[in-house]
Amino acid sequence: MNPRPWLESARVELLLFVREPMTVVFALVMPAVFVLVLSGVFGDTPDPSGAVFRGVGGSTYYTPAYIGLAAASVGLILLPTHLAGYRERGVLRRLRASGVPVTAVLLGQVAVALALSLAGGLLVVAVSFLSADPVGAVDPWGVLVAGTVGALAFALLGLALGALLPSSRAAQGAGVLLWFLVFMLGGAGPPPEVLPGVMSDIGDFTPLRPLIIALQDPWFGNGWNGGRLAVLVGIGAVAWAVAAFRLSRD
Amino acid sequence: MGDAPRRYCSGVSVTDIRVRGLRKAYGPVRAVRDVSFDVARGEIFGILGPNGSGKTTTVECLQGLRHADAGEVSVLGLDPRSQVAQIRRRIGSQLQDAALPDKIRVAEAVRLFASVGDGKVDMDRLLADWGLETKRNAAFHSLSGGQRQRLFIALALVNRPELVFLDEMTTGLDPEARREAWRLIEQVREMGTTVVLVTHFLDEAERLCDRLVVIQAGVLSATGTPAELVQRYAGGITATFTADVDEASLAGLPGVTAVARRGSSTEISGEPAALLHLGHALVQRGVVPTDLRVHQPSLEDAYFRLVGMDGADGAGGAADAEEPAPEGGAR
Repeated sequence: MNPRPWLESARVELLLFVREPMTVVFALVMPAVFVLVLSGVFGDTPDPSGAVFRGVGGSTYYTPAYIGLAAASVGLILLPTHLAGYRERGVLRRLRASGVPVTAVLLGQVAVALALSLAGGLLVVAVSFLSADPVGAVDPWGVLVAGTVGALAFALLGLALGALLPSSRAAQGAGVLLWFLVFMLGGAGPPPEVLPGVMSDIGDFTPLRPLIIALQDPWFGNGWNGGRLAVLVGIGAVAWAVAAFRLSRD
Repeated sequence: MGDAPRRYCSGVSVTDIRVRGLRKAYGPVRAVRDVSFDVARGEIFGILGPNGSGKTTTVECLQGLRHADAGEVSVLGLDPRSQVAQIRRRIGSQLQDAALPDKIRVAEAVRLFASVGDGKVDMDRLLADWGLETKRNAAFHSLSGGQRQRLFIALALVNRPELVFLDEMTTGLDPEARREAWRLIEQVREMGTTVVLVTHFLDEAERLCDRLVVIQAGVLSATGTPAELVQRYAGGITATFTADVDEASLAGLPGVTAVARRGSSTEISGEPAALLHLGHALVQRGVVPTDLRVHQPSLEDAYFRLVGMDGADGAGGAADAEEPAPEGGAR
């Protein structure tokens, strides 16, 4: 197999994402600003009853949560908008007709999404530790694995949305709506413990909730959460199948 | 179909594209109903037809971008349905209505498309050939329509393909850029590349194409060299002049089919040879009109007669599609 188109696709995709102002806003700035503001608002003193923030302080709760939010921003907004725009304008057709494998383009986008998500997560951690005093991760490798699996799951979800939605505007609109939904109910906004029962139940079904818990458990010293990681792998697998099926019929 | 290839390689006819009984429908719409033709190696082959006639669908089936419902298709000896990856490594493609990412730069696009081949590209030469040397670092969205079109053609040719599909190649180009594009396409052909040109610019087809087909309503309605189509469908020459001559005597000249008086002008229609007989007859009578104007039929005349003659249902076209293509007409 000729590796050149695969490497060149990844390089071009990285350049295109970096040139997009939305990338900087949603993947890098917004999660870091949220963690800055919420750490300032809630501090890091745990609730004495242990009823909110899973028994830890606000800053310690939100730092891993916003690592997850960076991945959700990339997967729900940036990638679908980008891919749907490609389909809408015939970019994929042109590349396909010229022998550039569409799978190479898609995997290039996934690789870039992964890198952006991890960069966004690192920025969240840096801002959090510079502005507040959260408890550090007990198991950083567990956090890294959860962050990577989650970023991949959201990237693949982004491919599926980009493959299903008809235009970049539709993808952007749907992506921002979904982003607010998972943000508010998935555990990155109000802590799930304070959400009314039905909203918390809905939040359980958002893909952000398992990612946040999978990130928080090793961070708090609760070990790896195999069940939530498996959910993320399942989301990624289904999303990839949907994207591959839909794009093969374009 | 009798439109056999007329170009030869080492004395042996090589067919780069063979299409037989191609059919393709989109739901109830039968976009291509019955198309058959051959394209010989090294020729510029034109596909003409009104909008929605099935031209683009036909070339998309050849490139494996769509799967035909029925019929046989062979491209470079390969089947686009099962060997599309091998085909795409050997062809170039300029698609209609397909863009590039807004923020990709010209040089990045060239490198991306070149990566499918051996990755070697003479960037300076390619960009200079297509008038893009000052646009190397320009983003795609900042290019004018003509510059975009030239970039698309350059990308189609970047890997020195054996066969290139150019769909509406010169749409959006100004007259000067169109002529330059024609010159470059002729150069590409001189290097042995086969060119399939989908166009609705009749002057372009007449200038560039060795042979062409006209597709109407999904059916082949004519095939041949531009000269053959002109001869077959365009009607004869028309000569107009002002002189006091006996119309009846002109009507009897060899090749003259009609004589009409329009005010003070006389209009003679007929075969090309009628012009010589007319000139001879006028000189013999001592009449030398100073306003003699001759209209030579062009591919445009042939095309519009074909389209008008056959109507939209393509029934007449189906009959024409069966007629054998004349031999030896390649320019």
